[in-house]
Formats: sequence, structure tokens, C-alpha cells
Amino acid sequence: MVMPQTERAFTPDTVDDAVTVKRITKSYGAVEALKNMTLSFPRGELTSLLGPSGCGKTTLLKIIAGLLEPTSGEVLVNGRAVTGPGPDRAFVFQDFALLPWASVMRNVAFGLELRGVAQSEREAIAEKYIAHVGLKGFERAYPHELSGGMRQRVGLARALSVDADVLLMDEPFSAVDEQTRRKFQEDLLNLVKTENKTFIFVTHSIEEAVYVSDQIAILLPRPSRVSQIIRPQGFRDKDVDNIRRDPEYLDIVDDIWSSLRSYVE
Amino acid sequence: MSVMRDGAEGRSPWQDLVGSHRPLLLKLLSGVLVFGAWEIAGRIPVSYAFPTFIESMSALLRMTLDGTLFAAYAETLKPLVVGVAISAVLGIALGLWIGLSKTFDWLFSPIFVVMQAAPLAALIPLLVMAYGIGLTSKVFVVCIMAMPVIVLNTAGAVRNTPANLKEMGRAFLATDRDVILKIVLPAASPVIFSGLRLGISAGFIGAILAELKITPTGVGDIITFSRSVADYASMYAAIFSIILLAVLFLNLLERIETGLFGGNVRGYASD
Ligand SMILES: Nc1ncnc2c1ncn2[C@@H]1O[C@H](COP(=O)(O)OP(=O)(O)O)[C@@H](O)[C@H]1O
Ligand SMILES: [Mg+2]
Repeated sequence: MVMPQTERAFTPDTVDDAVTVKRITKSYGAVEALKNMTLSFPRGELTSLLGPSGCGKTTLLKIIAGLLEPTSGEVLVNGRAVTGPGPDRAFVFQDFALLPWASVMRNVAFGLELRGVAQSEREAIAEKYIAHVGLKGFERAYPHELSGGMRQRVGLARALSVDADVLLMDEPFSAVDEQTRRKFQEDLLNLVKTENKTFIFVTHSIEEAVYVSDQIAILLPRPSRVSQIIRPQGFRDKDVDNIRRDPEYLDIVDDIWSSLRSYVE
Repeated sequence: MSVMRDGAEGRSPWQDLVGSHRPLLLKLLSGVLVFGAWEIAGRIPVSYAFPTFIESMSALLRMTLDGTLFAAYAETLKPLVVGVAISAVLGIALGLWIGLSKTFDWLFSPIFVVMQAAPLAALIPLLVMAYGIGLTSKVFVVCIMAMPVIVLNTAGAVRNTPANLKEMGRAFLATDRDVILKIVLPAASPVIFSGLRLGISAGFIGAILAELKITPTGVGDIITFSRSVADYASMYAAIFSIILLAVLFLNLLERIETGLFGGNVRGYASD
């Protein structure tokens, strides 16, 4: 069987990569979370990091965000080495990380507030993105008044409103229910089409990764490495409703499962 | 408010009145119970040194009208206000510092733990030897009482700021100052305020203790003097007045807290 997938080695300058990870190693004391990892993220596409829990997905994402320092290696964003968090990257957290004492409006505008944008200006921007993620009318609500899905929409609006080139999303849909999750996945596909940003999306769900990704990097633990890079070809431009019935979609899901199953006890 | 939601029809005006003033009525009721029990205990009498409620209140009224009470509080409030102000400002600042830095935690925390545990009465002679019997010693007593709980509460709350919120701040380019002002302090504020309340109550105890143990001035003087001449009604009136003042002050602090933080119910969206 010929799989429509290509292995792409690290090749600088030939493709336009928004983010490049070069020989990253990260140890927490004796635990080696990442070892000599090299990976690139093409501009304007969504790349998933898929793998069993504990294989270093969050660690890699936080290193790209500049929140963690790698033990060795470097990360390039738009060709510049990362030394810390920057305006070119925004983060969507698995546990939302909303300020419980602040309204939806202030939470969404918080990134702009920290950048010193004037209140009226940042609230106008925040208002736009609150409507964009479907929370119009909830501007004055507090996080504890919202459902899990709505809280993550706030987290997403906050990340979108700072208008970064790269959106880093750490299992953003893992804490929401299945129906909400499917709606989110469809919305995410639309965002990738319309926002012209580079998305790096961590998930442990095979179906989710295949459904939303232009490129899937499969990470394996012990030792942590990129085992495979898959680029779905045929169904990316199809209607969102038909993707899950596409033979290529089903084949890729099966293929990934067979390579991962040995790592699941 | 519940009356409005339920609809007022089918309720007597009396029920409406009870419904809308329930908290106030409950307070009045518990006041009547406590003071009634006091009055009865004074009339039995439980002890010859225990005046009735009415005797104590008339003594309070007399001392208020002839100005004794105001003169006394002018004296007592000096170390209290100075001591509490120092404890609040210095205590929150130190607590913040201790909570943010492991080194300062290691350096200073033990001092305040010891201060909190130390029997104050035993330290008073040392303070008097060092600073004499004036205002300084009394301010010290108030501070020793008030500061530890403020420092330790603040430090604990700051240390327990959710790590994910601080990380979120950094991801969105917060400076260290932003993280402290916009994340750490608001997250810690409920616990800081409860520390302030406890500290201020302890400060009141300290102020009276200082006046009883160092030199009898102000309210402490009224208590000491009226006891020595067996004017127990005045003694209880003085004690009652200081408790009343403490309660009023703590209520005021609560108002300030709800005012500062918008009075919204702060559920924690951590799940
Ligand atoms: N702060 C930390 N201290 C020590 N070990 C850690 C820390 N964070 C993560 N690890 C370890 O690093 C490995 C990768 O973790 P993580 O990046 O969170 O994986 P994933 O997100 O794929 O589940 C795990 O074995 C985890 O136990
Ligand atoms: Mg993770």
C-alpha cells in the first residue's frame, strides 16, 4: 500500500518554515524529556505533535514558546533564535489559564494590556475576537460562569487578539466534551484557512490530529524522538463533513495506530 | 431581594418587612439574647464584680458625655493606629518579598513564626528596658501582635499563586512587575485581607495589653483605675467599648475589600 505521505528532513531555506527546532535536548534532572529533536513547521500550516503522554509534547511546545530553556539546541522563529517569550508567538493553554477575577473582556484583552495598548483600543480588538469565537454577549461574564468549552474559547480569543504569527496550542480541546470538541475542530480548520497563521497543535488524539493537520509529527518516548512525519494530501480541501469518511483519512488513522500501539501498555 | 423575585402577592406587609431586613433582624436578635443574658447574669449576680448590662451602658454613656472616653481613646489609638499602619505596610511588603524569594523565606520566615508563638507578656519587660515606657514600646507591642499573621498570610498566599497563571503572564510578555501587580497580588488578595483582619484584631489586643502591662494610659487606665476603686460598671463599659470599636473597624475593612475588588463573587475556574 502506498501511503500519501512524505518524509521531510530538515532542509533550511528550501521551504518557508515559520518555526524550526534544531537538535533540541531537554533534561529535567535525570529525566531526558527530549533528545536531539529536529523538526520544522511550514508557514501558514497546522502541524500536530502527536504522541502518547509523557513523550515531551508540552515540553517542546514550551521551549518554542520561550517559557522553558532547552538543555541544548536552538529554536528559530522567522529565522531568529528564541531566547524567551516574544510577540511573534501566542499560547493556548490546556487548562485555559484565565484570570478568575477578571471578566471575559479583560481576559481576552490581557495580552494587549501587557503590551501597553490603550484601554479603548484593546477592548475594541478584544470585542472583535470575542464575537469571532462565538462569545458575543458574554463580555462582562466571569470565567466561573462559563462552561469548559466557553473558557477555552476565551483562551483562544486571547491568543488571537495579540495577532502573533505562530499559535501554540497545548491539547486545547482535551478538557471539553466530545460535541464541543468536534465543533472546535471545524472552527480550527476555518481559522487555519482564514487567519494566515502558523499553528502548532499538541494532541494525543489520533483522529483529531489527522482531521485538523496539514502535517503530523509523531513523537515517541524512551528515547523521545520524531518517529514519522505524515502529510495528508487528498482530503484537506474537502468539505469538513466528508473528511471523516475519506478513505485516506481512515488509512492514515489506522497507520498511525499501528505504529503507536506498541507504546501503549 | 428574594421578595422581589418570588413576587410579593400572597405575603403580608409584615412578612415583606421581615424578608427584606432579615440580616439586620438576626443581628438585633442575637444582640438582644447576649445582652439579655448579661443583664440576667448581672442581676443574679454571678459575682459581686459583675455589673448588669444596663449599669455598664449607663457608665458608658456617662464616660462618653463627660469626655473621659474620648480623652482615653486619643491616648490608646496612638500606638494602635501607628502600630497597625506599620504592620500592614511593612507586613505586606515583607510577606510579598518572603513569598517571592526563597532566600528571604529562609532568612525571615523563622523570625515571624517565633514572633507568633512567643508569649508577649514575657517580652514586655525586655521592650521596656530597651525603649522605656513611652509610645515606642507600645507601638512595638502592637506590631509584635499584628505583624506575624499579616506577614505569614501574605507570604503563603504569594507562594501559592497558581503557577499556570504566572506562566500565562510570561507567555503574553508580562514583566516581573506586571506578574506581581496583575497576577500575584490579585490572586493573593483574599488571603492577604484575611491576614490583615486577624492582624488588626491582634493589634487591638496588643494596644490594651501594652496599656495594662507598661503604663496605664487611655482605655487601659480606665480599666485599671475603675477596678482598683471597684467601679466595675465603668471597667466593663471600657472593655465593651474597645470590642465595639474593633468590630466596627473590621466591618469597615470588609467594605474596603469588597469595594476594591468590585464585590464580584470570585469563583475559581480551575477545573
Ligand atoms: N517540571 C518537570 N520536572 C521533572 N520532570 C518533568 C517536568 N515536566 C515534565 N517532566 C517529564 O518530562 C517528560 C515529558 O513531559 P511532557 O512534556 O509534559 O509530556 P507530554 O506533554 O507529552 O505528556 C515526562 O516524563 C515528564 O514526567
Ligand atoms: Mg502535555
